[in-house]
Amino acid sequence: MADLRAYGALIGGQFRSIASYRVSFLVEMSSNAMTTALDITTVLVLFGANRSVAGFSLAEALLVASLSSLGFALADMLVGNVDHLKTYVRSGLMDVILVRPLGSLWQLLCMDLPFRKALRVVLALVVLGVAIHLNDVDWTPGRVALLVLSPLAGLVFFGAIFVLSASLAFWWVDSGELGSAFTYGGRDFTSYPVPVYAGWFRAVFAYALGFGFVAYQPALALLGRTDPLGLPAWAGYLSPLVALVAAVVAALVWRAGVRHYRSTGS
Amino acid sequence: MTVIEMHDLKKDFTVRVRAGRFRRRKRTVAAVDGIDLTVDRGEMVGYIGPNGAGKSTTLKMLTGILTPSAGTVRVCGLTPVPQRTRLARRIGVVFGQRSQLWWDLPLHESFTLLRHIYRVPAADHAARLARCRSLLDLDDFLDTPVRQLSLGQRMRGEITAALLHGPDVLFLDEPTIGLDVVSKQAVRGFLAELGQGGDVTLMLTTHDLADIERLCRRLVVIDHGHVVHDGTIEALHARYGSRRRLVADLDAPLPASFTLAGASLVASEADGHRVSFTLESTTAAEAVAALMASASVRDLSLVEPDIEDVVARLYASPGDTS
Ligand SMILES: Nc1ncnc2c1ncn2[C@@H]1O[C@H](COP(=O)(O)OP(=O)(O)O)[C@@H](O)[C@H]1O
Ligand SMILES: [Mg+2]
Repeated sequence: MADLRAYGALIGGQFRSIASYRVSFLVEMSSNAMTTALDITTVLVLFGANRSVAGFSLAEALLVASLSSLGFALADMLVGNVDHLKTYVRSGLMDVILVRPLGSLWQLLCMDLPFRKALRVVLALVVLGVAIHLNDVDWTPGRVALLVLSPLAGLVFFGAIFVLSASLAFWWVDSGELGSAFTYGGRDFTSYPVPVYAGWFRAVFAYALGFGFVAYQPALALLGRTDPLGLPAWAGYLSPLVALVAAVVAALVWRAGVRHYRSTGS
Repeated sequence: MTVIEMHDLKKDFTVRVRAGRFRRRKRTVAAVDGIDLTVDRGEMVGYIGPNGAGKSTTLKMLTGILTPSAGTVRVCGLTPVPQRTRLARRIGVVFGQRSQLWWDLPLHESFTLLRHIYRVPAADHAARLARCRSLLDLDDFLDTPVRQLSLGQRMRGEITAALLHGPDVLFLDEPTIGLDVVSKQAVRGFLAELGQGGDVTLMLTTHDLADIERLCRRLVVIDHGHVVHDGTIEALHARYGSRRRLVADLDAPLPASFTLAGASLVASEADGHRVSFTLESTTAAEAVAALMASASVRDLSLVEPDIEDVVARLYASPGDTS
């Protein structure tokens, strides 16, 4: 990847752009910290009220929630702003990106990296640490690897979802909030153990669309619990594979979207 | 050597138009409707046409932004959309209405970022930047954040940004739109100098025909997505019958019976003290001699045909041209 330096330069440019508005950067950073703190309180309150959810203890459920939230926080920081695509199509920035010798998606991400969301990642890491501490995990090399890999797989998986929903704007600039409903809905789905859901809804979201493999299955594998829904223990290790499939689909859709891009009449 | 090649190039847009209160109907707009054009290395082509003629759409297909609906297009031997990133290194693009600069950073930082994006060797970058700095007078505002630049300053920055990687072809979409007179002159002068080298191929769209007269030997006029004229400015005049005019100030009005062979009287002003003839089948020298022989002439001037008039006539009746 000889282009790595180029992307690095873009990220540096983005950082200096943001830093040129120092005050608003600090304000946003702290308001972001507030929302994150609120999110965590919601989770605690929810699980605090009913000590066990669908046969999962508070500590176990917290592990599922924290794996999901770390993956999502990473994706939200690194890929989340791809949903500004609508604005970039309208403003013409997409045209400018397309006449440069770099990949269009990577450029877009590097040029609009929200550094202020880093705080969310840190907080998600802390919660994951607490969840690990509360559970009595029997550590094996495989489980250590899984602990590292699943948040990264979560990043890739949610990143793919972000890209897929943003790509709608290539066909339909007025796609509105349809895409983000899917993204944030996906995050909420993965925050809870899958047995909480039932019927076709569970079949579609957990298995067909793969959301069950983001946090729930890896958490089971970490805890050494058998899946009440009957998937084998190694299903937890499938998360990187599921994420990879999602990434390939997202890349193909993005590519098709760029081919279909209409720019704007000006 | 051919640098740009379009063959039966088309681009359709499907637009939804309101039909009644809730219903919407699909309609297809043929923005570019079968363009055949080749441009050789070093040419400077003026690409003009009325609003909505398809100029920007053509440039977007040439630069790999839009996928053609039909036909073929090659630039520098590459097919723009599939080979977009390779092509990007060979071309420079300036959109009058879009900015490729980093809005919040000082201008010089945009140039540095572009050096990394295009992976330009530091020495080449420095040499090209130095040339642009002196020819486009950038020094006064290199440290100013782009958002604080005037339009004219920004456009000079945009042109520099498009040239720092040493492109073979430069596409400019309305580079002088909205500029003040001084900036327009600076931009034109710079582009003229750039074209003189003969290495860079230049294709520009504009509404200001003075840009074309100053810069482009070749003029391509399009309307409704079709090419309606392709040739030199002189050929355009010849084809549309625009003639030079001879304007004379006289001591006394001409007699009513006066005629000038090969020319016709088109205006008589100041009680006949100023007359204008269009030169049809005579040379300026013959007409001047004939006029001087039969009238007392105080002053004479020869007026070149006005491209604005020709183009205005062309837009009014593009159908009867081919
Ligand atoms: N993104 C687009 N979506 C729909 N119609 C478009 C789009 N871009 C251009 N058009 C239409 O295509 C035609 C040509 O537009 P354009 O190439 O921008 O013209 P010009 O640059 O010559 O003024 C116009 O009718 C315009 O409305
Ligand atoms: Mg245009």
